[in-house]
Amino acid sequence: MKHILKILALLVAISACWIGLLQVSVIPESYTWLLPLYFIVSLGCYGILMVGVGLMQFPTCPQEALLLHQDILEAKDFLKNKGVDVGSN
Amino acid sequence: MGNEQKENSNKYSIIIPTYNERLNIALLVYLIFKHLPNVNFEIIVVDDGSPDGTQDIVKQLQSVYGEDRILLRARPKKLGLGTAYIHGLKHASGNFVVIMDADLSHHPKYLPNFIKKQMETGADIVTGTRYVKGGGVHGWNLMRKLTSRGANVLAQTLLWPGVSDLTGSFRLYRKSVLEDVIGSCVSKGYVFQMEMIVRATRKGYNIAEVPITFVDRVYGSSKLGGSEIVEYLKGLVYLLLTT
Repeated sequence: MKHILKILALLVAISACWIGLLQVSVIPESYTWLLPLYFIVSLGCYGILMVGVGLMQFPTCPQEALLLHQDILEAKDFLKNKGVDVGSN
Repeated sequence: MGNEQKENSNKYSIIIPTYNERLNIALLVYLIFKHLPNVNFEIIVVDDGSPDGTQDIVKQLQSVYGEDRILLRARPKKLGLGTAYIHGLKHASGNFVVIMDADLSHHPKYLPNFIKKQMETGADIVTGTRYVKGGGVHGWNLMRKLTSRGANVLAQTLLWPGVSDLTGSFRLYRKSVLEDVIGSCVSKGYVFQMEMIVRATRKGYNIAEVPITFVDRVYGSSKLGGSEIVEYLKGLVYLLLTT
């Protein structure tokens, strides 16, 4: 099944629940009408939170630059001895 | 670690598209040979008519390492990444294919990890991820990290891709799987990498991940301007609707 259909099906299910809630009137109607808005805002906040958390935990590897530099020296040395031209670009 | 050297009868074709990488390709080839001492592999360099003499360097490397280990399959001019992989695939004699960048942002020292992971899990695709513990990026400023993270959260929410790093291009594919997936991909650039992995997920292929570190180009920063962001969003919508 195409992915977009899965998402639409999910949205339809959520909408059905919402309409159901409107009919049943367990929660005051004025509140129920605002539920979709609360849902979208919560989703937005969750997204921003995920971006923030991910940004704080963003894995970095400064030591890798140094290791790469050493690898480059080793490679240039070997290749020069084998007659490969390793002058810069 | 490394003592359980299982019998590995697989052959790995490493496809490297190049354009003006005369120095990097030599360094890369050296490092690949250094880190895969007991593995049956070949390197396929797909050069798009580099004016800086990349192909001459590849020929010098062939005389050092052998023409059976390094294949030069050049093209007349820049024809795009997707077609470069397809072109390389035609000449690949391995049953597994590795794709990686030529600019040393992908380090060959992770190749044994890819191979090991594939053998342990029987995965069809092993993709390198920069965004998990054990992986990482060096050389990105805060803005770049922010866009990367934002893009990732958006893609995860919309596409449920099943991998943590969608735009990465350091991957190991079972050759038959690559042939199957690449046939149905039409995007360009890094959206192409996204499309490959999303289509593979949709087709139900078994995808495993290994952490990798990514050291961005030291000279010349990665371009990430407004047009790249627009392309990315267009790509996301395209993938949302067609996969």
